Amino acid sequence: MITFEDVVKVYPGGSTAVDHLSLELPTGKLTALVGPSGCGKTTSLRMINRMVTPTSGRILIDGEDVAGRDEAALRRGIGYVIQHAGLFPHRTVLDNVATVPVLLGKTRREARAAAQELLERVGLSADFAKRYPAQLSGGQQQRVGVARALAADPPIMLMDEPFSAVDPVVREQLHREFLRLQEDLGKTIALVTHDIDEAIKLGDRVAVFRQGGRLAQVGTPRELLAAPSDDFVAEFVGRDRGLRGLSFDSAAGLPVRPVDGLLLDDAGRPLGWPGDDGPRDTGGTFTKDDSLRVVADLAIRSPVGIAVRVGPDGAADGLVSHHDLADYLAGRRS
Amino acid sequence: MDACRVNLSYLLDPAHWEIGAAYSIPTLILAHLGYTVLALLIGTVVALPVGLYIGHTGRGSFLAINAGNAGRSLPTLGLLMLLVTLLGLGLLPVLIALTVLVVPPILTSTYAGMRSLDRRVVDAARGMGMRSWQVLTRVELPMALPVLMGGFRSAALQVVATATVAAAVGLSGLGRLLIDGLAVNDYSRVLAGAIVVAVLAVLVDLSLALVQRWIVSPGLKGTD
Repeated sequence: MITFEDVVKVYPGGSTAVDHLSLELPTGKLTALVGPSGCGKTTSLRMINRMVTPTSGRILIDGEDVAGRDEAALRRGIGYVIQHAGLFPHRTVLDNVATVPVLLGKTRREARAAAQELLERVGLSADFAKRYPAQLSGGQQQRVGVARALAADPPIMLMDEPFSAVDPVVREQLHREFLRLQEDLGKTIALVTHDIDEAIKLGDRVAVFRQGGRLAQVGTPRELLAAPSDDFVAEFVGRDRGLRGLSFDSAAGLPVRPVDGLLLDDAGRPLGWPGDDGPRDTGGTFTKDDSLRVVADLAIRSPVGIAVRVGPDGAADGLVSHHDLADYLAGRRS
Repeated sequence: MDACRVNLSYLLDPAHWEIGAAYSIPTLILAHLGYTVLALLIGTVVALPVGLYIGHTGRGSFLAINAGNAGRSLPTLGLLMLLVTLLGLGLLPVLIALTVLVVPPILTSTYAGMRSLDRRVVDAARGMGMRSWQVLTRVELPMALPVLMGGFRSAALQVVATATVAAAVGLSGLGRLLIDGLAVNDYSRVLAGAIVVAVLAVLVDLSLALVQRWIVSPGLKGTD
């Protein structure tokens, strides 16, 4: 666990970057630090690995004050990922990934062998190993950046806007891969972002900062969307928070009505809704594992206003209309 | 003065190319290269650490910039004469004068190379737990090498051309052909000296270009 105890950072010149921050980042969870620019989120992150020294207050890792640790040794035990990846342009991808293990005393050969495995783990094939960073796309560089941070298998990772330099399509893909990776690894992660959607999507917990370096609210994404503590947080999380909040509710408990009127193939899989010019596309289907947001989206996009649920075999096993969903949400509220 | 007598006869005379003979062209080239290499070596030992320190810490950058400008404006021959009157004849005044010539380009280019680095990469290196000297030797220096080598090559070119002044104070080197040729009105000898100095300068630069190719990471070439 990473603990901020009443941490203050005032820069020479008098500007307050972080104002009496007390915050806990639980072990094995991803805590997203989010807020507008100049809110102290990056400064807070950089105080964890002593890249920035607090003016007052303490930062503890599992109860131990980081100020008492040797700087370099502390940092080698903490993965560090930054925007644009910050890869060493003069080293190959493989040697970039091998950096920290070599610093920790592994032979170059051992470190490279381990680095090769890690590259595959972050979705880069073996032939990337010998390339130089300038030969990679932004998304590939960012993957290498993550692999480099993971190389010494640190329990903690600090990530400063790790996905903001890539285009939305690649970002989406990196998010998915990253969540899958984190599910396996269970690192304690502090992730800085200015993008509330990213924070909500990736964070187990989200800490919202406001200008002047003050913590506005901390909680699970769901809590944040459901009950923002004040107008600032409400505005920051956005006007469509009601709809976005649905992404945390499983469709498993949603009652469905029997399949009726839908065109099916021999195996019971949906072909579409009857129309004058043949079947009309259902716009997709959902399963019990999907969120209510998916169901709402399907119901809105469906030509007949009905979302189709399928079972594990792909066969349609239930229907949900707008009205069903609205009734379900209304019933849940009371 | 008989301008018609200026020809390649001195340069092409095999007697002047006898290896090991005193005053033969190979002997003079060797001495010339000796002054050049010594001056570059001393200049590098002086300028490189200072440039790296200033670039790494950002402290004293005025020194890098002003020393560069001041050094460039000093006339080497005048400086050499001054040093000879102070220190007497010998190798020392020559080496000092040539070192003063090479320090500014090396210092300035080292500093410029260090300052042109992507600071995010340096930040990443620190954040990953490199100590200050590891950041310097493993990240900053290799990344600054292309710019640094540019400065070193220009220093080498200048010193190859200027090392001819050694002959003005009685030492050896290709300047002997120029000064002695002028003294005895043997303009073919002067021409030979000029040609050999020019060819030597080109060859030195070419070999340094090869060294640069060898020591600069291929990863830094695509972006330049």
